[in-house]
Amino acid sequence: MLKIEHLDVWFGLPPDRVDAVKDAGFSVTAGESFGLVGESGSGKSTILRAIAGLVGSWSGRIEVDGQQLEGHRRNRDFYRSVQMVFQDPYASLHPRHSVDAVLSEALKLQGMDDIDGRIPRLLDDVGLGRVFRFRYPHQLSGGQRQRVAIARALAGQPRLLLLDEPTSALDVSVQAEILNLLTDLRAEHGLTYLMVSHDLVVIGHMCDRLSVMQHGRIVETMDVAALRRGAGQQDYTRHLIGASSGYRRY
Amino acid sequence: MSQTRRDWLLSDAPQTRRQARLGAIYQGWLTFRANKLAMFGLIILVILIFTAIFAPWIAPQNPFSQNLGGRLAPPSAEHLLGTDALGRDILSRLIHGARITLFIVGTVALIAPIIGLFIGTVAGFAGGWLDQVLMRITDIFLAFPKLILALAFVAALGASIGNAVLALALTAWPPYARLARAETLTIRNADYIAAARLQGAGPMRLLIRHIWPLCISSLIVRVALDMAGIILSAAGLGFLGLGAQPPMPEWGAMISDGRTYILDFWWVAAMPGLAIFIVSLSFNLLGDGLRDVLDPKGGKE
Amino acid sequence: MTDPLLSVRDLRVAFPTRQGVFEAVRGVSFDLGRERLGVVGESGSGKSMTGRAILGLVRPPGRVTADRMDLDGQPILNLPERKMRKIRGSRISMVMQDPKFSLNPVMTIGDQIIEAYRLHAGGGKNVGRQKALDMLHAVQIRDPERVMQAYPHEVSGGMGQRIMIAMMLAPDPEILIADEPTSALDVSVRTEVLNIMDRLVTDRGMGLIFISHDLNLVAQFCDRVLIMYAGRVVETLTAKNLHDARHPYTQGLLNSLPRLDAPTGRLPVLQRQESWRDGDTITESLETEFPGGL
Repeated sequence: MLKIEHLDVWFGLPPDRVDAVKDAGFSVTAGESFGLVGESGSGKSTILRAIAGLVGSWSGRIEVDGQQLEGHRRNRDFYRSVQMVFQDPYASLHPRHSVDAVLSEALKLQGMDDIDGRIPRLLDDVGLGRVFRFRYPHQLSGGQRQRVAIARALAGQPRLLLLDEPTSALDVSVQAEILNLLTDLRAEHGLTYLMVSHDLVVIGHMCDRLSVMQHGRIVETMDVAALRRGAGQQDYTRHLIGASSGYRRY
Repeated sequence: MSQTRRDWLLSDAPQTRRQARLGAIYQGWLTFRANKLAMFGLIILVILIFTAIFAPWIAPQNPFSQNLGGRLAPPSAEHLLGTDALGRDILSRLIHGARITLFIVGTVALIAPIIGLFIGTVAGFAGGWLDQVLMRITDIFLAFPKLILALAFVAALGASIGNAVLALALTAWPPYARLARAETLTIRNADYIAAARLQGAGPMRLLIRHIWPLCISSLIVRVALDMAGIILSAAGLGFLGLGAQPPMPEWGAMISDGRTYILDFWWVAAMPGLAIFIVSLSFNLLGDGLRDVLDPKGGKE
Repeated sequence: MTDPLLSVRDLRVAFPTRQGVFEAVRGVSFDLGRERLGVVGESGSGKSMTGRAILGLVRPPGRVTADRMDLDGQPILNLPERKMRKIRGSRISMVMQDPKFSLNPVMTIGDQIIEAYRLHAGGGKNVGRQKALDMLHAVQIRDPERVMQAYPHEVSGGMGQRIMIAMMLAPDPEILIADEPTSALDVSVRTEVLNIMDRLVTDRGMGLIFISHDLNLVAQFCDRVLIMYAGRVVETLTAKNLHDARHPYTQGLLNSLPRLDAPTGRLPVLQRQESWRDGDTITESLETEFPGGL
C-alpha cells in the first residue's frame, strides 16, 4: 500500500538548511496499522506531510499503491485514496465554515453525487448525529471537532489514512472515544493507517507495527508485541518505553 | 413569541442552513448592541442615510435658491443654521450634501477594499515573484501622501466629483492590500487550508472560499475606521476646488466658501465642519463596535 | 498541628453570559500543606480556573467568592490589585503550560529573572544577578552564564519551562501553582522538570499545586489528589491509592487510558452521569495529612 525508501526531507536552503528526515524507510501493507513514534522534532510528522504533498523538498522514493510520487504535486486519484487527520482539531476546521459546508465541499471536491444524502451518513459514521450538521466549529467540543475532521477525511472513501497525533490535544476520556472510532472505522471500511504519535501507549494500542524515530532517523522498526514486552533493540527505544511508563522518583 | 424566536436564533443545534446563518448574525448583533457608543454611531448613520434618501422632503428650502438680500444671515427661526454668502439656507444645503457625502464614502468604501483584498490575498497566497511585484507596487503608492496623490489624479483627469471619488479609491487601497496580505500569510499555513488542499481544492477555491471570508471581516472593520479619513479627504478635495463643483452642496466645498468670512460669520464654515465631525465620529464608533463583533481574535469564549 | 499554608473553603468562580450565570468553579474546598497536591480533571472541569482564582487572576466580569481563602491564616480573597501583586510572585507563583507565551520575547532571559526577583525582593543588580545564576543552576541548566544572555526563542521548550520555573522561584515563594507544566514537553525532559519541582517541595518545604490531566503522572508524582468534575471536587484521595478510586468518574478516567501491558480491542468509554455534577464528594479526609512538611 505504502512504501518509503531512502527518504530525506529538508527545509530551507544551505547554509540554513535543516534536515528534518534522514534516510527513512519502511513499508505498510494494505489493511495494516503502522505507527511512527518519536519526540518533538524527530521528523515523524514531516514524513506524513511529505507523503501528503504538503512539503515539496524531499528526495528518495515514496510509493502509494505502486504509484511513485514526486514533489508536492498529487493527482486526483491520490486525494481519493489518501487522506489526513491533523493534530489540533481547533486549527484544522475553518472557523467560518459550518460542519455542513466542510463536508459538502469535501464531497463535491471528491466528485461524489447525492451530497445531501451522504452528509447524514458521514455524520452517523463518525458518531456525531444529524443535529450537528449545521453547527459552526466554535459550537463544538474538541472531540466533536476531531470527529468532523475524520468525517471530512472519509468523504472520498480513502483507503489510506494519515493520522497526525489525532488525540494528543484531547482529554483522555475523549481520546478513548476517538481511538475506538478509528478502530471501528478501520474494521468497517478496511482502512490502512499510518499513525504518528509521541505517545507510545497510544501507538501500542492502535498499531500492528511501528518505527521509533530520533533526530530525523528511524532508530528501530518493531512489532507491537515486542513493544509490549519492552524488548527494544536500541537504547533509545528502551529509554522511551521507560519514560512513558510514568514518573519514578529517583 | 419573541422569546421563542430568540431561543430559535440562539439555539446551539440549528436545524437548517438558514437558522445557523441567522443565528450567527443574531449573536453578532447582540454583541454589537452591548456597545453603547457603537449603537450611537449606528443611529447617527441611519439618520444620515434617511436624510440623504428623503433630502428633498426634509430640507426646508431649495438648496440652490439664492437670496442676495438675506446673505450671511445668522441662525434664526427662518434659517435654523443661517445662510451663506449667496443667501442659501445652510441647513438645506447640508441635508442635500448628505447625499454627496454618502455617495463618496459608499463608492470609495466599495472600490478600495476590494482592490486591496484582491491584490493583498493574491500576493500573500502566491508568494514568490508575484508577491514581490505586487507589494512593490503597493509600496510605491504608499510612498506618496494620500491627498497629494489624489490631487495629482484629479488634476490629470479633470475636476469633478466622479474623478475625486476615483482618485480617493485609487489612493486608499494600499493599506488594505498590506492588511489582507498579512492575514493571508498567517492563514496560508493553517491546517484547515492543508486539509482543503488534500481534498484537491485548487488555488482559486482556496483563495475565494477559504481565505477571503477570513480577511473580509478585518477589512470591514478597517474600512469603517477609515471612513472618517475618507470623508475628510473628500472634503479636502472639495475645499481645494477639485471635488464637487459649485453650486453642488458638498460639505468640504461649503467650508471652503465660508473661509473668507470665518471671523465675522463663523456659522458659514462651522456648520458643515460640524456635520463632517459628527459623521466621522459616528463611523469611528461604528468601526469600534464592528471590531468587537467581527474580529476573530476577540475571542468567542 | 500547624496551620495549612493555604486553606480554601467553598470557592466559586462565576461568569455572566447571555444564557445566564455560568459557574466555572462551584464550591471547591481544600487545604494545602508543604506537599505535592495534584488537581486532576478534564478540560472545562475548572481546575485551571481554581489556580487562577487563588492568584486573583480571574478577569472581570468573572466573580470569585469563597467562605475562606487564607494564606498562612491571612485572608487573600479579592484583595485590591496592589496588595495582590505583592503576594503574587513573591509568596505564590504560577508556572503555565507553555513557556513560549509566558516569557517576554524581546528581553534576555537573565534580565527577566533579575527583574522578577528585584520586583519582589528588592536588592541591587548584582544581588539579583547572583540570585538568577543560582536559580538557573538550581533548575539544572548547565551553562547559566550563556543562558542568561539568550533570548527566549533561542532555547528549547524544555529549557524554557525550566527557566520559567527558575524565574517563578527566584523570590522564594511558599506556594507554587503549576498548571500543566509538563504537557508541552517530551517525556525525557518531563522527568527532569518534575525532579526539580520535587526537590523544591522536599528541600525547601514549598507547597505545590500540580494541575494536570495526566492521571498516571499525578498518581506517581503527587502526595494527594483532588479530582474535579464540572467545577466541583468529586473525590480526594492519597495519590498512591488513586488506582483504588471509588468515584465512578475517577474509575472511568483511569479505565479509558490505553495500557501497554493490557491490550484491548476497544477502550472502555466514560459514561457521564448527571448525578456527578452535584453528588457528594468522596473523601478520605479534607484536612491535609502533611501540614508541617514531609
